[in-house]
Amino acid sequence: MNVPLVTLLGRVTLGFLAGIGAVTTFAGEAIRHAVQPPYYRRQIGQQMLEIGYYSLPVVGLTAIFTGMVLALQSYTGFARFSAESAIPNVVVVSLTRELGPVLASLMVAGRVGAAMAAEIGTMRVTEQIDALDTLSTDPLKYLVAPRLIAGIVTMPLLVLVADIIGVLGGYLVSIYKLDFNAVAYLRNTIDFLQFQDVFSGLVKAAVFGFLITLMGCYHGYTSKGGAQGVGMATTNAVVSASILILTFNYFITEAFFAR
Amino acid sequence: MAFPKISLRGVTKAFGPKQVLKGIDLDVAEGKSMVVIGGSGTGKSVLLKCILGLMRPDAGSIKIDDVETVGLDSGSREDVMRKFGMLFQGGALFDSLRVWENVAFGPIQSDGMAPAKARGVAIAKLGAVGLGPEIGELFPSELSGGMQKRVALARAIAREPEIIFFDEPTTGLDPIMADVINELVVKCVSALGATAVSITHDMASARKIGHRIAMLYDGKLIWQGPVGEIDHCGNPHVEQFIHGRAEGPIQMQVRKL
Repeated sequence: MNVPLVTLLGRVTLGFLAGIGAVTTFAGEAIRHAVQPPYYRRQIGQQMLEIGYYSLPVVGLTAIFTGMVLALQSYTGFARFSAESAIPNVVVVSLTRELGPVLASLMVAGRVGAAMAAEIGTMRVTEQIDALDTLSTDPLKYLVAPRLIAGIVTMPLLVLVADIIGVLGGYLVSIYKLDFNAVAYLRNTIDFLQFQDVFSGLVKAAVFGFLITLMGCYHGYTSKGGAQGVGMATTNAVVSASILILTFNYFITEAFFAR
Repeated sequence: MAFPKISLRGVTKAFGPKQVLKGIDLDVAEGKSMVVIGGSGTGKSVLLKCILGLMRPDAGSIKIDDVETVGLDSGSREDVMRKFGMLFQGGALFDSLRVWENVAFGPIQSDGMAPAKARGVAIAKLGAVGLGPEIGELFPSELSGGMQKRVALARAIAREPEIIFFDEPTTGLDPIMADVINELVVKCVSALGATAVSITHDMASARKIGHRIAMLYDGKLIWQGPVGEIDHCGNPHVEQFIHGRAEGPIQMQVRKL
């Protein structure tokens, strides 16, 4: 009984390490192509539209309800210590540092990461990626690099919008439901906000944008075996991107704020 | 001409424990059409992908114009790729692009041709495979299987390659459309003066488009010769294959019901 367990453990560990190695090699190659010209401008523009503009509704809805519930929950909690005046501060700091980048990225991972894995995976199993190669076009440069660039550039912009909409959500609940003074609420929001709160959130967004597009591209690019393989690639892209987002979120937070 | 256009020596390729190619030697002379026949799963596609450089063989040498291509870096690889055109089995058309953009993809993306000019080239190539300019505005998903094959052929010849590869050009087509494709293949190859390598299990197609035929069985080329000699080659494996008999030296792995 002991031996099979050890064998299993070894196999899982080796598989895991091999996976990390493969992703890292893929990421290195892809980054090299993203940095070196030529750049496929049309592809980059298309992907920015896909990641940024078309994600606005779902990210906006996520942000506004998050801001609203944040204000409401803080109020019910803080009222016990008569600390209601801290609500604007709590709302804006939580949103810009944590909830804006993390929740927006998780939504984009589900929306865009999955779509990328499915699209590139289908291109793989229908030999379209091989076809790119035979037309002297490097698939990493044509398919992967534009998506990585678009992810890194667009996610911070998207998160900035999410921050603003989230604060608006908190504001609406505070003013119309909890009877805060509108001017005082806004002044509290702005006075307590530090540059680093927003900046750390935007750095996170750029990293998460990279992780989402990398996972979508990697799992799509390496998928095999027809419809089932593409389905698996899609699932893996979303799950691995989500876990990586949450993991990196902790370490970036530590790098910025740990004393 | 001192050396063959394509020359393979001792090419092997394995996937895990499964040895797919067990030492392939093959020469294709310039301007000739070589057809590799063989059953499903005998490694025909793997052989083609190795020559194309989409897969790296485990051992052996592949020379194009007497230049070794195994282990080339990506820059030199692209120079070799410039000589190639490839017709994929399923067409492998880019479904996000219009038909004319598919055909013009090589000229625009790789050769830097201006889109307006490339569009003219694309329409001319579509004309060469019997498709009108109005087809160019459609998307690949709007075409029938036979039309997709023709568009894929137009894309394969758009950069006027020196060597064209055909992966099962007639699979999945009705007999008449299959013959149309065969004739287009012959016409395009001779018009370009190109060297051709095809893989197929369709004997009608092999006889029509090939100058020479080689048969792949169990990871090796067990017979090769001019197309006219295949009917009395005396090799029982080849004879079983070309006559399509279930009984013979090639045993299919079928479990008893």
